[in-house]
Amino acid sequence: MPWSKEGSFMIDESSMSKRRKRRRDGVRRVISYAVLCLIALTMMGPFLWMISTSFKERDDVMTKETHVIPWRVFSYIKTADGRQRVRLLRDNGETARVREVLPDGTVGELRTVPSGDVVSRARYYLRGRNYPEAWKVGNLGRAYLNTVMIAFCITFGKVLTSSLAAFAFARLEFPGRDKLFLAYLGTMMIPETVTLIPLFILFRKIPEMLNTLLQTDYFTTSLYIGDWFVGTPMGVDSYFSLIVPGLFTAYGTFMLRQFFMSIPRDLEDAARIDGCSSLGIWWRIILPLSKPALVTLVIFTFMGSWRMFVWPLIIVDNPKMMPLSVALKLFQDQYSVDMTLLMAATVIALVPILLVYVAGQRYFTEGILLGAVKG
Amino acid sequence: MTEVDARRREHRRRGRLRQSLEGYAFLLPNFTGFAAFTFLPVVASFVLAFYSWDMMQEARFIGLRNFINLLTSSEFWYYFYNTVFLMAGIPVGMALSLGMAMLVNQKLKGIVVFRTVYFLPHICVGVALYVLWVWIYNPEFGLFNQLIQFFTGVKGPAWLSDRFWAKPALIIMGLWAGAGGKSMILYLAGLQGIDPSLYEVADIDGVGAWGKFRYITIPMLAPTSFFIFIMSVIEGFQGGFDQVIVMTGGGPPPGATTTISYYIFTEAFEEQRMGYAAAVSWFLFLLVFAVTLINWRFGGRRVHY
Repeated sequence: MPWSKEGSFMIDESSMSKRRKRRRDGVRRVISYAVLCLIALTMMGPFLWMISTSFKERDDVMTKETHVIPWRVFSYIKTADGRQRVRLLRDNGETARVREVLPDGTVGELRTVPSGDVVSRARYYLRGRNYPEAWKVGNLGRAYLNTVMIAFCITFGKVLTSSLAAFAFARLEFPGRDKLFLAYLGTMMIPETVTLIPLFILFRKIPEMLNTLLQTDYFTTSLYIGDWFVGTPMGVDSYFSLIVPGLFTAYGTFMLRQFFMSIPRDLEDAARIDGCSSLGIWWRIILPLSKPALVTLVIFTFMGSWRMFVWPLIIVDNPKMMPLSVALKLFQDQYSVDMTLLMAATVIALVPILLVYVAGQRYFTEGILLGAVKG
Repeated sequence: MTEVDARRREHRRRGRLRQSLEGYAFLLPNFTGFAAFTFLPVVASFVLAFYSWDMMQEARFIGLRNFINLLTSSEFWYYFYNTVFLMAGIPVGMALSLGMAMLVNQKLKGIVVFRTVYFLPHICVGVALYVLWVWIYNPEFGLFNQLIQFFTGVKGPAWLSDRFWAKPALIIMGLWAGAGGKSMILYLAGLQGIDPSLYEVADIDGVGAWGKFRYITIPMLAPTSFFIFIMSVIEGFQGGFDQVIVMTGGGPPPGATTTISYYIFTEAFEEQRMGYAAAVSWFLFLLVFAVTLINWRFGGRRVHY
């Protein structure tokens, strides 16, 4: 029968193509993984290089024989009472010039021994001491403290003021609301450099102006808590000038407003009838319902203020008031020859960022997509 | 039901004045700061652009002189060229981002790990990363030249301290840091927004992988691509700031990697030419504004080309 013949032929064909397809899928998967891994390696490479360098001995960095896993060649000579660590200086096949290495790491006597007596062995060698040294030399402890404090204050303040303003823009009605919102929006495309210059002038001049105005010299004095230098009240080298300009941005207000707009009004109306004030609605209804947007804003603000660079660079002169980014730049200027310390410092600076990233990972995607709405 | 509605309406009417006051109250904390640290500086910067001021002597009103000086200075146009040159990485970066987005859009085991890793450089952008890349570009012992030496046997260029290679070096770093970042996430969202039935229809019609990519993926992603492009150009005009400060200091030789932003920085905070720097920053704003206008004009259309 022609019908069944054709039918069976078709089944045969499809099962064959299915098998072929499965095999092709398998090959494709292997290729996909290979490409994925290659790109992943490219992305990780610089970080691995950084970590590797940070654990090396200074001499092992400025060399062309680079090993990913830090390692050194250790040489020994046999002595009467066991073996003696040495540094191999020259070996011509018959005799070797060596210098003894004493247990405390300093070098000792210069000796010439038969080549056969020298045993060289390579093994991995991680030098952890770079980290505490970088921490101390780069004054990173204070910088860390400054950065953490600045980041926390900016994050808290910004989320608070932005969510209040966003609530007003999204839910309350008052004259001039839309024009004001447009003004907020408009400033979002103004480059940072435009406001940087007037802000710089403002914060340089505020203390002197206040001094003359109030007939005092308080605003330019250095403040101490105990003997702990905490900068000036406002102006250059003050926490005030590091934190306050970062507290108010159009972006946070805009993003939260977009999110608040998407929350249904029903709940809120019911609450109003029950006598709930606007503040209560903001606190009890809007904020709890906006958790994803708030967390996203918190993470982005935190990371943004953690890596803030140009503003602190121009408004801070005293190393004690520097945040991590500026301290690292200073460290680079002073220790550019010692890559091991510099890389240890960069690792130290990046660790918190990585922790925040791992902890709040899923919010990053959301944040980027929320921000993209502005297009 | 109607009773509730009436009560609601009544409530709203009575509360109008109260609500207005409340609105201003809610806005006040943010608006005060916004006015003081964004709005006022913008106005101040605009006024400053018509003055000559070094922060020591009295400011002098010089009309449009700053802008004339700016437009006739060959220096400035060189820095403008540098800025545009650094944007050469944008199309490459977009292609990379799209490719990576398609790779991580597959249903494979452990794909989330790859997404996480690809996004990592974007997360770490900042001074620490730039310091790291200075070391990577080290002519003698850096990772880059060691790899080049290893694979090709040729000695690599001096990168950041080379007149020709400094700009490409910044572009390469930008590609590495940016390809798996925002653009990849946006493309990924775009890809996931494409109706799968389009591909199924194409399958039935026997369209190959390239055909599907060319006639479905690319057109469907056109709005995303447009948005990413505009965003990158806006960022590009303002770019070359932090990394130039940390990595090249605008050189070598002086000016070779100076971008508009870095030029503003040096003019204002090193040369103390506040008025002139403000004028340059307003020129930069005009550039960004022009791009934004293009975006408004064409980006709003939700047409797939």
